[in-house]
Amino acid sequence: MAKIKTVKLTKIFGPSPKRALTLLSQGKTKDEIFNQTGLAVALVDVSFEVQAGEILVVMGLSGSGKSSLIRCLNRLIEPTQGKVFIDGEDITNLDHNALLELRRHKFGMVFQHFALFPHRNVCHNVEYGLEIQHKDKAFRREKACQILKLVGLEGWEEAMPSQLSGGMQQRVGLARALAIEPDILLMDEAFNALDPLIRDEMQNELISLQNRIKKTIIFITHNLDEALKMGDRVVLMREGQIVQIGTPNEIITAPADDYVKRFVKNVDKCKLLTAQSIQVPAVVAYSDDAPRTVFDKMQTESLSTIFIVKRDNTLQGIVQIGSVKTAVSRGDKSIASLINSELPTVTATEPLTTLISILAKWHWPVPVVDEKHQLQGIVINTGVLAALAKKE
Amino acid sequence: MENFSIPKLPLDDWIDAGLDFLTENFAFLTKNISEYLEKIINFIIDSLIFFPPWVIIILFALIAWRLSGRQVALFTLIGFAFLWNLRLWEPTIETLTLVIVATFIAVLISIPIGVLAAISKKAYRIIMPLLDFMQTMPAFVYLIPAIPFFGLGSVSAIFSTVIFAMPPTIRLTCLGIKQVPKELIEAADAFGSTKRQKLFKLQLPLAIPTIMAGINQTIMLALSMVVIAAMIGAGGLGGEVWRAIQRLQPGMGFQAGIAIVILAMILDRITQKIGQKN
Ligand SMILES: Nc1ncnc2c1ncn2[C@@H]1O[C@H](COP(=O)(O)OP(=O)(O)O)[C@@H](O)[C@H]1O
Ligand SMILES: [Mg+2]
Repeated sequence: MAKIKTVKLTKIFGPSPKRALTLLSQGKTKDEIFNQTGLAVALVDVSFEVQAGEILVVMGLSGSGKSSLIRCLNRLIEPTQGKVFIDGEDITNLDHNALLELRRHKFGMVFQHFALFPHRNVCHNVEYGLEIQHKDKAFRREKACQILKLVGLEGWEEAMPSQLSGGMQQRVGLARALAIEPDILLMDEAFNALDPLIRDEMQNELISLQNRIKKTIIFITHNLDEALKMGDRVVLMREGQIVQIGTPNEIITAPADDYVKRFVKNVDKCKLLTAQSIQVPAVVAYSDDAPRTVFDKMQTESLSTIFIVKRDNTLQGIVQIGSVKTAVSRGDKSIASLINSELPTVTATEPLTTLISILAKWHWPVPVVDEKHQLQGIVINTGVLAALAKKE
Repeated sequence: MENFSIPKLPLDDWIDAGLDFLTENFAFLTKNISEYLEKIINFIIDSLIFFPPWVIIILFALIAWRLSGRQVALFTLIGFAFLWNLRLWEPTIETLTLVIVATFIAVLISIPIGVLAAISKKAYRIIMPLLDFMQTMPAFVYLIPAIPFFGLGSVSAIFSTVIFAMPPTIRLTCLGIKQVPKELIEAADAFGSTKRQKLFKLQLPLAIPTIMAGINQTIMLALSMVVIAAMIGAGGLGGEVWRAIQRLQPGMGFQAGIAIVILAMILDRITQKIGQKN
């Protein structure tokens, strides 16, 4: 079951919003509706699912409805139409008290401008969510200290928010959200107000934190680099509608339309393309093949080298056509002695930058293996060049 | 001429009738309250006068020090000493007591009203015009209806002073709460805060500096009204001025007037800084 699921979520700002629904069904655009009625269409039929433990990035230009979307999930904004399911439960009909309970336990929210309470010190900010739940003082304090340690703010408990740098303030914001041990983190442009270097640092920390705490994270940004870096999947939004949902790789290699293409154009592909997106299937020989068989295979495929795997696809190494030929003429029974097993390997998530530096020294294809050392495919230097040259 | 004029609306008669009705039915209650309040006020005045003036002066200077720092404390010390020297100690204490009691009551009523105006649009639409009305009405008009309810003297003075001095605290409480950034309200909502939790944990604490500015103004208005209330026998420094007018003694009148200014400055300085500190 999906952790979060939205079904045809629609949000229209303004009095008697149903007017806009009719116009939408007639195919009118957001601008036309605004000019005609003064109503702001923020979301139109937004449906998606998020699995537990996933980071879903919502990305789009300013005004594309990202903030409205995230706020519909905990009903800080009431959807005009459509449904939101959290753990399979439809929350659009919850009464006020049930809604408060849901917010108290399920959601932690982090804001673009931190929204720390200026009259409370760091510790009391972090305790806020627990205080609201009437947890006792000692428990709150202990929890807050523990979380502050987690985000690297040990020793700052008594500081006031105004005494902290932006990066530290947002750590407090994150700690405040984590303190209630929510299943879901909602982060609305949480890092966009930070300096580039601090932002990068926070992104890395969130990623490593996520590996430990495994929350379901909805992460909003208007920055594509950030989206591709953080997202397990990315939702691209435009004028309140979803344009494309996909993994970062799918977004950059197969942009759905010109809007997405324009975003993708300036991406630094070296950092974002991974071995997986440029690997090709490998032609292999088996370690128990006779030299003759291997030689014939290489001849038909016109290969100068071939990768050798066991029958279970575990990578053994690589052999050269010259040595195979010699073995055939010698009448060898096995190729075992020919295998060069000292070769570089990469995993599917290896970025292009590493591949380039490997290929500068290693003149044959680079095998891509999984954690069991089974061969997934190979990266050849022409593939890398093609990926770099490909300009959408 | 007389024959063509439109008959006068008997507004005065209506108000009298209304007040008569209220007096007949509620005066017994208000007279009771009046008696108690008068006792309390007299008790405070008596106990303050019981001590030698220098004890009280040092006490006030210490309070000023705690609340607003050394400079204000020094000013308080010198100011009060000067009033003592002018042989105006007793009327000063009387006036001060009336101001403090009236302010206390006014603030106690104003803050909840201000909160109500801030969180309910309907309440806001009723309360704000009422405040305009209260503030535009000439101050001493409030004295007239106070007498049938509370009798001549300090309680009537306090009653009209409370009415007259409430508006700034109400307005600024309302403003202070409305000024709390939307982002912070949203953050509180996101954590599942109830309205009450938002009010007590976020809105009121953040509104304190603004509310203090309101209280400061309330104190100033209370002082000016307590002086006017000398007309209905409230005594104090206003009483000195009143007597000087009746006897045509400008020296004595100005002396009491200057004393009022000094008292006003002391009260202003002490309470002005409280809000700024936060
Ligand atoms: N409270 C509001 N009242 C009226 N219109 C709003 C309100 N909030 C957002 N909108 C409109 O809804 C659209 C989406 O806004 P938003 O969700 O804030 O986008 P984003 O977060 O992607 O910048 C915009 O056109 C915006 O003007
Ligand atoms: Mg936004």
